[in-house]
Amino acid sequence: MDDFQLLIGILPQVFMDGLVLGFMYALIALGYTMVYGVLEFINFAHSEIFIFGAFVGVEILLGLKGAGVLASVPWPLLLLLILAAGMAGSGLLAVSIERVAYRPLRNAPRLIPLISAIGVSFFLQDFIRFLESIWRNAFNLVYPDIDALNHRFDLTETIDVPVKSLVVTFGALGMLWGLHALVNRTKVGAAIRAVAEDQTAASLMGINVNRIISLTFLIGGAMGGAAGVLFGVQYGFINAYSGFIPGLKAFTAAVLGGIGNIPGAMAGGMVLGLLEAFAASYMSLLTGGAFGAEYKDIFAFSMLILILIFRPRGLLGEVVRERA
Amino acid sequence: MILRVALTVGALALSGLAVWIFPRSILAFLFFQGSLLFIYLADVPRRVKWALLALALLVMMPVIGYFNAYYLEVATQVAIFAALALGLNIVVGLAGLLDLGYVAFFAVGSYCWAIFGSPQANAIFGGGFPLPPVWFFAFLLVGLVVAAGTGVLLGLPVLRIRGDYLAVVTLGFGEVIRVMANNLDKPINFTNGPKGITPIGRPPAPFGLPYGEYFYLLVLLIAAVVVLVNRRLEDSHIGRAWEAIREDELAAQAMGVPLVRTKLMAFACGASFAGIMGVVFSAKQVFINPESFTFLESIGVLAMVILGGMGSIPGAVLGATVVTVLNLQVLKGLSLWLNELKNAGTTVFGYNLANLPTQLEPAKYERMIFGVILILMMIFRPQGMLPARRRQRELGHLPPKAAGGTEAA
Repeated sequence: MDDFQLLIGILPQVFMDGLVLGFMYALIALGYTMVYGVLEFINFAHSEIFIFGAFVGVEILLGLKGAGVLASVPWPLLLLLILAAGMAGSGLLAVSIERVAYRPLRNAPRLIPLISAIGVSFFLQDFIRFLESIWRNAFNLVYPDIDALNHRFDLTETIDVPVKSLVVTFGALGMLWGLHALVNRTKVGAAIRAVAEDQTAASLMGINVNRIISLTFLIGGAMGGAAGVLFGVQYGFINAYSGFIPGLKAFTAAVLGGIGNIPGAMAGGMVLGLLEAFAASYMSLLTGGAFGAEYKDIFAFSMLILILIFRPRGLLGEVVRERA
Repeated sequence: MILRVALTVGALALSGLAVWIFPRSILAFLFFQGSLLFIYLADVPRRVKWALLALALLVMMPVIGYFNAYYLEVATQVAIFAALALGLNIVVGLAGLLDLGYVAFFAVGSYCWAIFGSPQANAIFGGGFPLPPVWFFAFLLVGLVVAAGTGVLLGLPVLRIRGDYLAVVTLGFGEVIRVMANNLDKPINFTNGPKGITPIGRPPAPFGLPYGEYFYLLVLLIAAVVVLVNRRLEDSHIGRAWEAIREDELAAQAMGVPLVRTKLMAFACGASFAGIMGVVFSAKQVFINPESFTFLESIGVLAMVILGGMGSIPGAVLGATVVTVLNLQVLKGLSLWLNELKNAGTTVFGYNLANLPTQLEPAKYERMIFGVILILMMIFRPQGMLPARRRQRELGHLPPKAAGGTEAA
C-alpha cells in the first residue's frame, strides 16, 4: 500500500520531468527529421551539432562571468543572448558540415554519406574536446548558475517547478510553433517541401536546390543548437561526448513520430520523453529493485526496434512526403 | 625479377636490422610493418612472397617480441582486430548491411569465456569453477556458436528493416548489450557489472614456450584460419549471393536468392568471428569489463574495414593494422613524447611546452582518427586502399596483371 501511495505521489513530478525531456528530444529530433525529409539521409552528426550549441552557450556565460558582468545582465536578456548564439553557432556548423562532408557524396550509394556522417560525428566529438582542452584545460564544463532560473515555485502542494524547466518548455513550444509556421506558411517553406518531394522537379521550377538544402541544415542545426543551450541550462553539466546519447534518443523520437514529418517529431519526442521518465522512476519500484533506472536506455532502444518492425512509418505516418 | 626479389628481401632484412638496432624506436617498427606491406604488394613470385611473409611473421616477429614485449602485444592486437575486421567485412563489405553494433558479438564471446574461465561462474552455479584453462579451446567453439546464435536472434527481427535504419538499430543493440553487461550483477550476478571479471584463465603454453610468443602464435593461427575461411566464403555460392544482395536486392531476389536467409547467414558468419575473437580477447586481457565494448570499438572496426576497402580481405587486414598501430603506437607515442617535452620544459617558438593544458592527451583522440579516416575515405577513395578485386574489375581499374597475386577464381 505504501508503494502504491508512493507511485501516485511522484506521478505529477515524473510527468513534469518527462515533459521537459520530451520537449528537448522534440527540438533535437527536428534536425534529424528535416534533413531526412529533404535528403532521405540520417544526419548522424546532428548529436554533435546539438551539443555544440550547448558549448557556445556555456562559453558566453563563462566569458561574461570572467568579465564579472554575469550578475548584472537581466536573465531574460542573457537567455536570449545564449539561445541566439547557440542557434547561430550550431546552424552554421551544420551548414559547413553539409558543404564539406555530404554535398560531394550526394549521388553516391546510400551507405556512403551515412558512413561519412558517422565520421563527422566522431571527429566533432574529439574536436570539441580538443578545443576545450586547449582553451579551458577542462573536459567537463559546468553552466554557471543563474539564480533566477533555479528558483522553484509551487504549482500545487506536491509539485514544484524550477523556472528553467518552464523556460525549456515554453522556449521549445515557441520554436516548434515558429518552425511549423515557417515550413507551412511561407514561400521558403513551400520550397523546402518541394525539394523534399522531388529535387529535379523543384529545380525545374526555379528553386535553387543546393540553397534550400543548406537552409534545411541551417534550420535543423539552429533547432539543435537551441536544444543544446536549453539542455545545458536544464542539466547544467556538459562534455564533448554528452550529445551522443540524447542525439540517438532524439533520432528514436523522430522515427517514432514518423521520420520526415515535423509534427511527428514533436509527438515522438513527447512520447519518448514521458516513457523514459516513467521508466526511470517506476521500473525499480515495479520490479522490486531488480531492474532500475539504468535500463532506461535499453527501454528507448527496444522501442525503436519495435517501431521499426511493426510500424516503420511511425505514429503519424508520412505527411510531408508521399513516396512509393 | 631478380632485382625485385632482392629488393623485397633487402627491405625485410633492412627493417629487421633497424628494429634490432633500435628496439625502442617506433619508427623502426613502423618501417618493419611497412616492409611487410611492400612485400605483399611487390610483383614477385608468390612462393617468394609467402615465404618472406611467413619468415617475418613466424620467426622475426617472435624474436622482436623477445626484445620488446610491447611490439608483440601490438602484433597480437593487430591479429585480433584483423579477424574482427574480416568478420565485419562480411556483413558490411560483402552483404552491404551496415552493422554499427558489431562489438556486441565480440562482447558476447568475451563474456562466454570470462564467466566460465574465472571464478565468476560460482556466483551463478554455486561452485566448481573456474574451468581448467584447457577448456579455452572448447570455448572458442562455444563463443562461435553463442555469438552466431545472438547474430541470428538479432537478425531475425531487424533484417527486414531498410539499410540506414538497420545501422541505427544495430547501434542500439550494441548499446543494449553493453548496458546489460554493466547491470547484470543483480538480481543474479552474471557479469559482475562495471567492476568486470578477473582473473580469466589463459590456455597453458606447451613446451615451455615464452607466454607472449605462444599467445601471439596462437592468435596468428586463428587469424590465419579466419582469413582462409573468408577467402573460401568469398567465392562460394553464399559469398556471391551476398554480393548480389549488396548490389541490388530486388535483382538478387528475382534471381532466386532468399533475402532474409542470406542476410541472416551474413550476420551469423560475421558474428561468429567476433565471438571467437572475443574468447581470445578475454583470455589475453585476463580482465574484462563493459568498457571494452563501447560504440567506439564498433566504429573502430568499421574504420578498419572502410580504410582497407569494403569487401576486400587484404584490405581488412591492412586496415586493422593501420588503425591498431595508429592507436597503440602513434597516438600513445605522441603522448609520451609530448609529456617528455613538457617535463623537460622545452620551448617551441618561445612557448614553454610545460604550460600546455594537462587535458591535452594525444592518446585520447582515437575518435578523431576514426572520424577523419571515415570522412576522407568516403570522399576521396570509397573503394578503400586495397580494393576488392571484383570491385576493381567492375570499375575497370584492374591492370592487366593483377597486383594482388593471380586470380583465385
